[in-house]
Amino acid sequence: MPQYAVLLYENVPPDDLPPEVQAAHGLMPGRVAEAGGRILAGMALHESSTATAIRGDLLTDGPFIETKEELAGVFVIEARDLDHAVALAKMTPIVDGGVEVRPLIGFEVLEGS
Amino acid sequence: MLAATVRVTRDLAAAEESVQDAYVAALAAWARDGVPKRPGAWLTTVARRNALNALARRRTLQAKLPLLVEPGEAESPEPSRVPIPDDRLRLVFTCCHPALAREAQVALTLRLVCGVSTGDIAHAFLVSEPAMAARLTRAKKKIAAAAIPYAVPGPEDLPARLDTVLTVVHLLHTTGHTAPSGDALVRVDLAERALDLARMLHALLPREREVAGLLALLLVHQARQATRTDAAGRLARLADQDRKAWDRAAIAEADRLVVAALRAGPPGRFTLQAAIAALHAQSPSHAETDWPQILALYDELLAVWPSPVVALNRAVAVAMVHGPAAALDEVEALEGDGRLAAYRYLPATKADLLRRLGRHEEATEAYRAALALTDNATERAFLAEHLD
Repeated sequence: MPQYAVLLYENVPPDDLPPEVQAAHGLMPGRVAEAGGRILAGMALHESSTATAIRGDLLTDGPFIETKEELAGVFVIEARDLDHAVALAKMTPIVDGGVEVRPLIGFEVLEGS
Repeated sequence: MLAATVRVTRDLAAAEESVQDAYVAALAAWARDGVPKRPGAWLTTVARRNALNALARRRTLQAKLPLLVEPGEAESPEPSRVPIPDDRLRLVFTCCHPALAREAQVALTLRLVCGVSTGDIAHAFLVSEPAMAARLTRAKKKIAAAAIPYAVPGPEDLPARLDTVLTVVHLLHTTGHTAPSGDALVRVDLAERALDLARMLHALLPREREVAGLLALLLVHQARQATRTDAAGRLARLADQDRKAWDRAAIAEADRLVVAALRAGPPGRFTLQAAIAALHAQSPSHAETDWPQILALYDELLAVWPSPVVALNRAVAVAMVHGPAAALDEVEALEGDGRLAAYRYLPATKADLLRRLGRHEEATEAYRAALALTDNATERAFLAEHLD
């Protein structure tokens, strides 16, 4: 099955997320599996103010790209196709923001090119 | 043919290649043995056989590289017994997938469903051929990389997905109907392709009321096509068009579709637009049009589709029922809203209302504003007449 990265953009800092939203994050793998998909990996990021950007030799405080919505986490899912992946990604609990679904480059794609 | 082949390959690029190979094979075989009785079927068979052979080669390769390639679920296609029309429907839903940009949906539908050449599509949308080719390539790459499904959506997703498809077909028709720029007001070819698509969709999804609505809407537009410009190629308003020259058979067909759709359940935006267009088309003259009924339909349309363009068209009906002053209030409210700032029909409508109210200086100003927003030579000539 094709794999996708689901990028989470959330404006509420991780420590301020309501407990029910944090609990919903914990329930995600089960819900995704019930819907016929699979979460292969997931990671939650500390606030972007804790990031360090590196351009050549120059270090700067903050994320590489400043955006209004902060990248808060990424998980990798397996789904039948884009419609399935979108349905799974929609289960992501988000207070204020949204998610992006990106196909991951796999051997099939490399083979075809 | 392409649709039937994609069903085997599940890959647009591979299917196109198989189809092209089939054409090459046809050139040789037909020159040798003569053209077969059913050339289309011959080509489809060959294209699908090519695709299956290519798949078999790919499977062999995968068997030799077991550590590198995980076979996916989609890679065990059987020669399909599903009838070809079903494949066409899948292809339409793939081309009009909401994950693709609107311009990509339109271009893909023309290229893959209608078989229009990239050069002709580029010409219709006023971009260079390499730019259109790049647009198509990007879209096809996204379909492959993101695994956009080649399938008719399930019942819960169908209404929203169908709406996207109908929007694309309608946009094709509008582009053909009033070319955004250039000399000929109508790009007949695009409009006819759109009508063909609507007919195909209606044949494949006969119970979908909005599909019937769209087909009816396009039929009415098509019926009036010949009279939109006069003998000298100048734009004729609905009020001035020669109603005797309208295609009565097409209007009657549209009317049957609208009536059936309205009876079957609450109408959507395409059915309501078709009902309005059919009512106009059936009226013996502009003055005798049932304006209160038109206004009532616009009220319903605005309720299901709150768009400023609908509100502007509704203002025209308001003018006929309640007079130009009432309509002008509504148009000025829309002007304040700002969403129609670049929409040429807003100042054009305002100009017409001001002219009817005898406010000629303001009308001239509004005609100038409309003129500044349109590139279509025929429409420019129409607007410019009012400035003399």
